[in-house]
Formats: sequence, structure tokens, C-alpha cells
Amino acid sequence: MKRRKYYDVPEDNVITLRNVYKSYTKGTPALDGISLDIREGEFVFITGDSGSGKSTLIKLLLRELEATSGYINVLGYDLGTLKHRKIPKFRRNLGIVFQDFRLLENRNVFDNVAFAQLVLQVPKYQIKRNVPDILKTVGLADKYRSKAEELSGGEQQRVALARALVNKPLILLADEPTGNLDANNAWEIMDLLEQINEQGTTVLVVTHNLEFIEKMHKRVIRMNQGVIVEDEEGGIYDDERY
Amino acid sequence: MRGISYAIGQGIKNLFRNKWYTFASIATITACLFLFSLFFAVIINFQNMLQTAEESVSVTAFFQPGVTEEDILNLRVGLEEREEVANVEYVSADQAWAEFSADFAEYADIYTENPLADSANLVIYLKDVSKQGQLVDYLNGLEMVRDVNYSEIAADTLSGMNSVIGYVSVGLFIILFANSIFLISNTVIAGIAVRKNEINIMKYIGATDAFVRGPFIVEGILIGLVGSLIPLVIIYYVYNAAVDFVTGRFAILSSMLTFIPTKELFHYLIPLSIVLGVGIGFIGSALTTRRHIHV
Repeated sequence: MKRRKYYDVPEDNVITLRNVYKSYTKGTPALDGISLDIREGEFVFITGDSGSGKSTLIKLLLRELEATSGYINVLGYDLGTLKHRKIPKFRRNLGIVFQDFRLLENRNVFDNVAFAQLVLQVPKYQIKRNVPDILKTVGLADKYRSKAEELSGGEQQRVALARALVNKPLILLADEPTGNLDANNAWEIMDLLEQINEQGTTVLVVTHNLEFIEKMHKRVIRMNQGVIVEDEEGGIYDDERY
Repeated sequence: MRGISYAIGQGIKNLFRNKWYTFASIATITACLFLFSLFFAVIINFQNMLQTAEESVSVTAFFQPGVTEEDILNLRVGLEEREEVANVEYVSADQAWAEFSADFAEYADIYTENPLADSANLVIYLKDVSKQGQLVDYLNGLEMVRDVNYSEIAADTLSGMNSVIGYVSVGLFIILFANSIFLISNTVIAGIAVRKNEINIMKYIGATDAFVRGPFIVEGILIGLVGSLIPLVIIYYVYNAAVDFVTGRFAILSSMLTFIPTKELFHYLIPLSIVLGVGIGFIGSALTTRRHIHV
């Protein structure tokens, strides 16, 4: 039996990766020995070209995939030894937003957000209280009866964000959340993410958009061919260098 | 508890969301269980008729001159203890003569003494005709026995038919069962494909396996349940009509055609059909969701 190596996890880390490899087939690995520390309450951009390993990283953090080797600890859960039946409980600490929104068609805004609470079997009276609250936060309080497909892209993403936030996650993972939006809507979403972060949620945003990176002055992790090539606090991102 | 009510609610909604798949699945399960029930009705009646026929198959043992009635009655007690024997009737010489006289009075008048003095016999009825050979061997091996009368062909034919029916029913049952599971499985796969987005979201939010699979399993069970009730209704009418038709048309064979009453048939068929329908629905959807939904 392969012996697992245990690492010291710094106390305020919410995400810790040590020497993480992930390969799908023999050949170039999708992640090639990544080590990373993300502390509680951070706002982190993850950027890089297609195929740089960003999506694989997100999937590993969600425990949708397992690392080929290395150590991943998220919120105290050692994902390498996490039992299958404990995965749902682990995921309840995370919120996730995708580029394509992934809302439930034919259901209204309220039902889409309430769905996240329904799945966790939150009592109905609490759902009735929580959903309007979170819709207010994302600025959609008056649209709760609209069908998802009747909304604009920006509004749909805000519904998705409300759905990710309604269960009060400790970490929010946003995979290209503005990829399908125009500049104005994209900035609205970014402002929301920043607000959420200010309230204490750790936020990881995968993005290609250099404008956010340059203007928001957050930590930037740049990936290339499965390795981290740059990890800068304050978002000083020198595109010329790459 | 809320998980269960959610699964039931969603399971019912799923039935209506995928109307055509639901309809197709119910129709195929109905068809399968209709065939099964029809087959069951035929088999159970056939077996009933066979059993009636088997019960009339008997072995008669005649005894050597000088064997006393007491010896014969002792043997009768011994025979009744054998497991293949249903019951044993003793026919004394006087009874045998009385029966003969009653049947053939014109011949009986010739005799002044009982010509069947040595014809006291034991008529042995079997529980299981396939064991007739064993019993005959045993009787032939006894010194007191002069002769054993039996019909080998009747016993062989009946036990042969019995085993053929057994094999055919098991074979047909397996085919119908596997077919139904396959069909339910396809419906559930279609349902999963339709709701792929929803399932993915549930997984990311942190829904448990059981929570995600529950509605599909409820859906499968409901399809199975409805699919088992429809053929019962059809069979009820078909069976009554068939029995009326056959007994009316072939009245001449009425002594052989002993049909099981509808009530008795449904006493077995209702629970069997429901258990099968629900079982097929449950197994089909449980297996499919296990294979196709990974948290």
C-alpha cells in the first residue's frame, strides 16, 4: 500500500495543495506538481490559456476529480482520503458559478435559488426567508417570478450567483463567470463577487479578462501547461513577460 | 422524511415531464406483464388439470393366494407412510366382486361362489407420479404380492409434461423479466439525459447520492406499479371470456377441463404481478442510476 505523506496545513489556509499531479492519460499531465496556499477571506484570480490546467484545478477542488498524486486539503478535508459518501457534506461548504449559468429552465428565479436549499432539505419556512434575502443581495428582488430564460445574461448569472450563495458557502468558485457577458454586466458581477468577498467568503475566480486583473488589484495566479508560473499579490500582472 | 417526500413529489413530476418515455415504459411493462400473466393463467390451469389427472393415476397390488386380510392391512399401513404415497384404498375380495357384479350383472349371475376370491387388492394413489417406478419395484419385491397393475405411459407422460412446463415457465419468465428491466433502464437513462443539468447542479450543491437517485427510483417504481395493474384488468376480462368460450365450445371435455376460478387465480396473480412490476421498476431504475449518476 502506498503511504500517504501528510503535510502541515497553515492554520488560516482554506485551500492547500502540495505537489499535486493530475494526468488523464499517459503524456503531458494536466497539472504538473502544483503547490498552493489560499488563506481564508482571500480574493484570488486564476488565469492562463486554455489547457493550462485551470479547469482541472477547479474540478480537483470540488472533488469532482481525484489527483493522480499529491496532497489537497480544502477546509480541513483531505480530499485524497475523503470517503465517497462524505463528498456531499464537503461540497456544501463550496459555492460554484459557471460561465454558462446552468439555471433550471422552465422554472422561475425563486425556484432556481430555492432549489439549492431544497436539495439540502432546508425547511420551507427558512427557504421562504432566505431566498428573498439573497435575491436582494444580487439585485433581483423584484424579478423572483420571472422565468430564467426571460432574463438577460447578466441577470441569469446573478441568479446563478444567488443560488451559489444561498447556502452560505465558505468558498465561492467562479469558473469564467463573465465569459458570456458584455462589459457592463461583467463588471456588475465582479462588483458583486467583491462584495461577497468583503463579507468574509473566500472567492476564487477563473478568468481570461485582464481588465479585471489589472483594475481590481487582487492576488493573481497564472497557470501555463499545468504549472503555476506566476503568483502575485495585488494583481500586478505583466502580460509582456509571457 | 423531507427527502422521501421530495423524491416522491419529483418522481411523480418526472412521469409527466417525460410523458412519452413514461407512456412507452408503461406500455412495454404492461405488455410484458400481460404476457406473463396470460402465461401464468395458462400454466396454473394446465397444472391444475395435470394434478387432477395425476391424482387419478393409481397402482393396484394383487396378492398371493393364502395372504390374509390382516397381512394386507398391515402392508397398507406401511405403504401409507411412504412419502410418494397420497392414500391407499383396500378392496376386499367381496367388494371387488360386488363392484364387478354391479357393472356386469349378466355375467355375475353365472357364479355361485365369488370367483374373485383371491382378488383382494390395494389401490395406491400417488402424490408424485414420477416416483411410480420406485413404488412398483418395492411392491414387486414383496413375496406376498402376486401382481402389480400400473400404467407406465400415463405416469411418464404426466411427469414429463410437468417438467417441460416447469422449464418453459422459468425460461419465459427470465426473458420477460430481463426485457422489462432493459426497457425500464432505457426510460431512466432518457430521464437522466433530460435532467442532466439538474443532476449536475444537485451534485455541486452537495446533494447525497440517495437524494439524487430517489426521484428516479420512485419514477421506476410508479411505472412498474401502473404497468402491473393494467394487465391485471385486461387479464380479468380475457380470462373470464376465455373460460366461457372453452367450456362452451368443448363441453365434451368438461371432465378434463377443470379451470381455476377467477377469484383463486387472482389471489395469486394480483400480488405476483404487483411485486414483479414494482420489482422490475425498482431494480431497473436502481441499477441504471447507480451506473449513470456519479456524485
